[in-house]
Amino acid sequence: MRASTIIVSTLIVGSAMAAYWIMAPQRTWTDEETKLVLSLGLSNLPPLPADPSNAVADDPDAASLGKALFFDTRLSANNEVSCGSCHAPEKQFQDDLPRAKGVGVTARRTMPIAGTAYSPWLFWDGRKDSQWAQALGPLESGVEHGTDRAYVAHLIHTHYADQYAALFGPMPSLDQIPEHASPNVLGAVQDDWHALDDTQRDAVNRIFANVGKAIAAYERTITPQPSRFDAYVDRLAAGEDTSGILSPQEEDGLRIFVSKGECTKCHNGPLLTDNYFHNTGVAAVPGLPEDLGRIVGTDQVQADLFNCLGPYSDAGPGDCIELRYQTKGGHEMIRAYKPPSLRGAASRSPYMHAGQIATLGGVLIHYNTAPAAPGGHSELEPLNLSTKELASLEAFLGSLDPILKGDQP
Amino acid sequence: MSNLITRRHLLWSVPVILVAAAGLAVTKMMQPPPEDLDVSLSKPTDRGLYIASVAPGLAPIVIGTMHGWVIQITTPEGLPVDHATIAVDGGMPQHGHGLPTEPEVSADLGEGRYQVDGMKFNMPGWWVVKLSVNGPAGEDTATFNLVL
Repeated sequence: MRASTIIVSTLIVGSAMAAYWIMAPQRTWTDEETKLVLSLGLSNLPPLPADPSNAVADDPDAASLGKALFFDTRLSANNEVSCGSCHAPEKQFQDDLPRAKGVGVTARRTMPIAGTAYSPWLFWDGRKDSQWAQALGPLESGVEHGTDRAYVAHLIHTHYADQYAALFGPMPSLDQIPEHASPNVLGAVQDDWHALDDTQRDAVNRIFANVGKAIAAYERTITPQPSRFDAYVDRLAAGEDTSGILSPQEEDGLRIFVSKGECTKCHNGPLLTDNYFHNTGVAAVPGLPEDLGRIVGTDQVQADLFNCLGPYSDAGPGDCIELRYQTKGGHEMIRAYKPPSLRGAASRSPYMHAGQIATLGGVLIHYNTAPAAPGGHSELEPLNLSTKELASLEAFLGSLDPILKGDQP
Repeated sequence: MSNLITRRHLLWSVPVILVAAAGLAVTKMMQPPPEDLDVSLSKPTDRGLYIASVAPGLAPIVIGTMHGWVIQITTPEGLPVDHATIAVDGGMPQHGHGLPTEPEVSADLGEGRYQVDGMKFNMPGWWVVKLSVNGPAGEDTATFNLVL
């Protein structure tokens, strides 16, 4: 009995030490951790990458036209929906809704815009490869703007002809173009599109593409803004005292973020996204059509008339490296979606590609428990983080909110 | 009495098991690459038919940045192997996924050197890059390790 007491006491002391070793917050960073933390700071964000597919990407006049178009509700079937309806500037250019509301309700969550100029792939499934090509999708979606490219061309002709001509050259005559025509809108609108000859279709497509390019020039000016975390990183990089910028709980959360939370597997770099696609076992939304994510987007972007290699792109043959070396993926791309930037994510509930999870705490529980995917295979494994650790992680994510909230350019 | 001890044992075993489980979980999650990982950038191919060397065009490699590599293939004696067909594949062994791109040889640079474009790594951690070389001596493979 005495021997067993000694053994058991030893075990208790041992387990207490082990528990302390595991649970006790360390107050210094290892070199590896420091390197990883520094890599996440906004100071590491390179200058905006050029968009060779958009010749007016950096033209201020194009951005000015694009801004006007972005907020013009005439670009919708009911004259009530603009890009800005769902991408509201005062809400980080998103809408706080589980699924976007245009002229109808979409099947996916509105994505924020800041930093998308850095992403090779746009939309949750990456079915577009530039900001300008992305901007065209919602215009012809029956549940978003509900318009079509002929309607958009006429609208430009009526209201923006001078600004358009100054950027892209004189507009062609649209006298022979019906009010509505598009290959993507079923019914009479599609029939009218097929009735056009190649020159007419090309004229409409070109105006439509240029509308996207102007909107993209505006969207390029929407950039991620500094957070308290960035102030912390800047001090850390300079070897200065970091105390007082993050709370001890936020600092603990940061440590978990770069270590056993495994968050940087997908949320890495200064934008805290790898701009790739991951199946994280997010539940399907009952009642919605089957959503297969990237596995579908991968073919759509290759087939897109408005992609980097297409006839309306300004890129040279060697410029489209992302499209050229795009992986076709396979099983791992089923229900894979793009991780959004975590900058500002704490104030952007609800979460996931169709707003399936209402709160940030709920998202962390999802990652901690790693439920099986409804289709394909989830990349997650249970993290076994404690409630306290999850709270720290959530606190840290709050430190990624922009210091100055509100309107941008 | 002996019953009491058994119960105490059971009670005390709870934190021990919890700590052990947490330790195991941490070990699994934090899987570092093997300590003896061969990170050399030049090595004989698996069947010894060639020597393969790789030179990433970015130093250090930046996560998420597409870049090119130059691959050099020689005979075991060091003579350049021209006109080989080279395929590039890879992935993260601990995560069970492949590369986020499909790199290809874009130019035969001569002297046994080949330009590979479309290389990209989108996560920190242990990556492998696998070369399949088909040259005059036959087909062979080589696997290179990177820790980013």
